[in-house]
Amino acid sequence: MHRALTLTRRRIVSSIPVLLIVIIGTFLLLEAAPGDAVDAYLLSLGGGDAGLVAELRQSYGLDQSLVKRLILYVGALLRFDLGWSVAFDRPVLDLIAERLPNTLWLMGAATALAFSLGSLLGIVAGARPGSLTDRALSIGSLALYAVPSFWLGLVLVLVFAVALRWFPTAGIETIASGKTGLARVADIAWHLVLPVSALGFIYLALFLRMMRTGMAEAWRQDFVLFARARGLARRRIVLRHVARNALLPLVTMLGLQAAAMLGGSVVVESVFAIPGFGRLAHEAVSGRDAPLLTGIIIVSAVLVIVVNLLVDIAYAALDPRVGSGEASS
Amino acid sequence: MAGLLISRRNLLLGAGGVLATSGLPLHMAWAEEAPRGGRLVVAADSEPRTLNPAIVASNGVFFIASKVIEPLAEAMMDGEGGLAPRLATSWEGSEDGLSITFKLREGVTWHDGAPFTSADVAFSAMEVWKPLQNLGRVVFANLDTVETPDAHTANFRFSAPTPIQLIRNALPVVTSVLPKHLYEGTDIAANPANKAPVGTGPFKFAEHRPGEYYRLTRNDAYWGEGLPKLDEIIFRVLPDRAAAASALEAGEIQLAAFSQVPLVDLERIANVPGLKVMTEGYEALTYQLVVEINHRNEILADRKVRQALSHAIDRDFVVDTVFLGYAQAATGPVPQNAPQFYNPDVKPYSFDIERANRLLDDAGYPRGEDGKRFSLRLLPAPFFSETRQFGDYLRQALGKVGIDVTLVNNDTPAHLKAVYTDHDFDISVGSPVFRGDPAISTTILVQSGIPDGVPFSNQGGYANAELDTIIDQAAETIDTEARTALYNDFQRIVVEDLPLINVAEWGFTTVARDTVLNVGNNPRWPVSNWADTALAS
Repeated sequence: MHRALTLTRRRIVSSIPVLLIVIIGTFLLLEAAPGDAVDAYLLSLGGGDAGLVAELRQSYGLDQSLVKRLILYVGALLRFDLGWSVAFDRPVLDLIAERLPNTLWLMGAATALAFSLGSLLGIVAGARPGSLTDRALSIGSLALYAVPSFWLGLVLVLVFAVALRWFPTAGIETIASGKTGLARVADIAWHLVLPVSALGFIYLALFLRMMRTGMAEAWRQDFVLFARARGLARRRIVLRHVARNALLPLVTMLGLQAAAMLGGSVVVESVFAIPGFGRLAHEAVSGRDAPLLTGIIIVSAVLVIVVNLLVDIAYAALDPRVGSGEASS
Repeated sequence: MAGLLISRRNLLLGAGGVLATSGLPLHMAWAEEAPRGGRLVVAADSEPRTLNPAIVASNGVFFIASKVIEPLAEAMMDGEGGLAPRLATSWEGSEDGLSITFKLREGVTWHDGAPFTSADVAFSAMEVWKPLQNLGRVVFANLDTVETPDAHTANFRFSAPTPIQLIRNALPVVTSVLPKHLYEGTDIAANPANKAPVGTGPFKFAEHRPGEYYRLTRNDAYWGEGLPKLDEIIFRVLPDRAAAASALEAGEIQLAAFSQVPLVDLERIANVPGLKVMTEGYEALTYQLVVEINHRNEILADRKVRQALSHAIDRDFVVDTVFLGYAQAATGPVPQNAPQFYNPDVKPYSFDIERANRLLDDAGYPRGEDGKRFSLRLLPAPFFSETRQFGDYLRQALGKVGIDVTLVNNDTPAHLKAVYTDHDFDISVGSPVFRGDPAISTTILVQSGIPDGVPFSNQGGYANAELDTIIDQAAETIDTEARTALYNDFQRIVVEDLPLINVAEWGFTTVARDTVLNVGNNPRWPVSNWADTALAS
C-alpha cells in the first residue's frame, strides 16, 4: 500500500509540468495552423460582410494577442474553469462531460476485448510455438493489425448492419426510444457491438503477438526446463509458468494502448456516429476551437496519466521486484 | 429498431386510404390525399451552433430550423413572383421604392401560445435582420423604420430606393420572424431560444441530444389547414459520408438530402429496392463551380490569359466525370435555372485547346524549352469532394496548354484565410451559392472595394469601373425590367472580361424511401417547412 501511495504522489508531481507543456503546445499548434475559429465558422455562415467578421472575431476574443489569450486561459484553468467552446457556443466542461462516458465505454470494452481475447489466443499460439495453430493465428492477427480501423468499421457495417441487419449501422442508442434502466443498458450494448469490434480487433493483434513472443521466449528459460524436468503436466507449465511470466509486458502495453486507443476512437466514432471524445477532438480541430481542444487534451492527458499509474500499481503488485526504490515507467 | 416499429404503428393508425394510391408517381401533387402521422427520420451531417435562421441565414440552419420558424414568404415553383405566402399574405412596394407594405396572416400563434402580430415582424426586422443577420445586413442596409399601423400590417420604410424585386427574391431567406416577447430586452445573440427555437411553423422544437439527434414534433395549432402531415421529424446526426447511405439501406433513416449520399454511391443506392434518388427541390439552391483568379498576378491580369484558361476547360467533361452528370455546364455568372435573370445571349467559351494555346502565345507567354509557359498555384476549396476533384482536373487541363500548376490543399479555415484574407493564391476553385438575386450573391464576386477578409467575395483584386457602376445602379433601380436589363449587361461583361471563370452549376440530390411523399416539390425543398411531407406505409 505504501508503495502505491509513493508512486501516486510522485506521478502527480511529475505530471504538472507535463500538463503545462501540453496546454502551451496545443495553443501554439492551433495558432500555427492557418485560419482561426471565425474562418472555420464562415463556411457554415455562407458569407457575411466585413463588419460581421470583425464583430465575430471580437466576440470570440480573437482580436486579442496570443499571449493575452493564453494567460486568460491558464488563469481560468487555475480556477478549474475549462472555458467556453467557440465552435459549439457552450461550456467546454459540459461538452466533455457529455462525450467522455461514451468514449470510456467504447475504449474500455475494446480494451477488454483486445486484452482478453488477444492474450487468450496468444496463449494458444504460444503453447506450441511454430505449430500450425501458431502460424495461422500469427498470420490472421497480422492481417487484422494491418487493416485500418475505419475500413474494418465500414465492412462490419456493410455485413452485419446493412446485409444481415443484426446490429444498427450507427449511433450509441436507439433514437428517442424512452428506454430506461436495464433495457437502455442492453440497447447501448447492442449499439456498441460493431464499434467495439472495429476498435478492439485491431489492437487484439498486438496483445496476441506480444503474448506469443513472450511465451516463446519463456519456453527457453531454465525454470521452464526445470518444471518439465519435475514432470509437471504440460497444461500446468503453459498456464502457471510460461503464460504468467509472459503476461507482465502485456500489462505495460495496456497502459500504452490507452493513449493509442484515444486516437483510434476518433475514426471509429465518426464512422459509427457515436457522440464521443474522439469526434469532439476532430470537430475542435476543424473548428480551430482552442479552448475546446485544449480542454480535451488536458482531460486526455489526465486520463492517460491515471491509466498508467494504475498499470504501474498493478505491475508492482504482480512483480515484487518493481516499484519500491527505482521508479518504473 | 424500436423507433421504426413505433413509427410504423403510427402509420398504420393514420394511413387511411393511402394504400390504393401508393403506386402513383410521386411527383404528382396530391398533398391533399397524403396520409397523416408517422415519424420521418432524416440524416443531418452537422449540428449548427445556432438554430436561429433570423441571425444565421444559411442552409445548415434552415435545414432544421425552417420547420419551426417561418419566413414571410417561401419560394414556390408556380407561385406569383415565384413565391408562396407564409406569415405575410401580400406585399406591395411603393412607386418611389422607399416603402414596402406587408399584410400579415391573421390567427397565427407562436408555439408558446402567444399571438403573432406585426410587432414581431417590426422587432425582427429592426433588431435582428438589419443589425445581426449575415445577409440581412446587406438587404436591409437602408431600412429606416418598420411602422405597424395595425396588428397585421407592417410597413417597411427605406432611406434609399430599394428594389422590390430584390426584397421579393430575398424574402424566403432573410425574413425568418422571431417572437418579440421572448427576445425583447435580452442579449439576442445569446438568447436560449437560439438553441431551442420557438416559432410559428408546422413543427415545434422538442429536443436536441448533441451528437445524436434533433427531434421536432407536430404543431397541432398550425395555421395551415390539415397541416402538417407528419407527427415527428428526427434529424439524426451522421457525420460520416458513408453512414447516411448505410443507414438508408438498413432502413434506419428514410431520407438524406443535400447530397449526403455521395455521388459515387448514388448508382448503387438507386438500385436498392425501395429507395429513390431525386434532383428536384434544389432549383433555388444552385451552387456554382468557379475558378477564382488573383488579378494581382500580372500574368493573370491579362485578359487573354484568362480567356485561354477558360478555353482550356472542357466543361462537359467536368459535368460528366466530376459530377457524374448531376450538374450543368455554366455559361456565365448567373445560373441557367434562374430564368428571372439568366442572359442566354452570352457567348460561352468553347473547349478549344488550340485557341487557348494561341491566346497564350499572343499574350507573350510562349512555351519554354520544357514545354511550360509559366507556373500557377492552385488552391481548390475543400468544401465538396467535387471542388477538390475539379482542382485535380484543372491541373491536368492547364498542363495541356503549357501552364505548370502546383496544387495546394488546405482544410476549410486555412483555405478561407489563404484566399479571402491573405490573397495567397494565383487561382482557386470556389463554390459560391446563387441566392435567387444577383445583388445578394454573384455580384459580390466581381465588385471592387470589398475589405480583406470578407469570405466568398472578390478578393482577387479585380476592379472594373463599368461593372461597379452597373452593380450600384441595380442596387437602387426600382423598375424590375430596367433592373433585369442591368444584370443582363453585367453577365455579358463578366463573360467577356472574365474576372472569374464559371465552369458548372449544380444542385444537390435527395435519396429517400419510396414511402416518403411530397419530396422536392418546391425550389428550396430541403430548407422549406415540410408541412405537406408525409409518410405512406
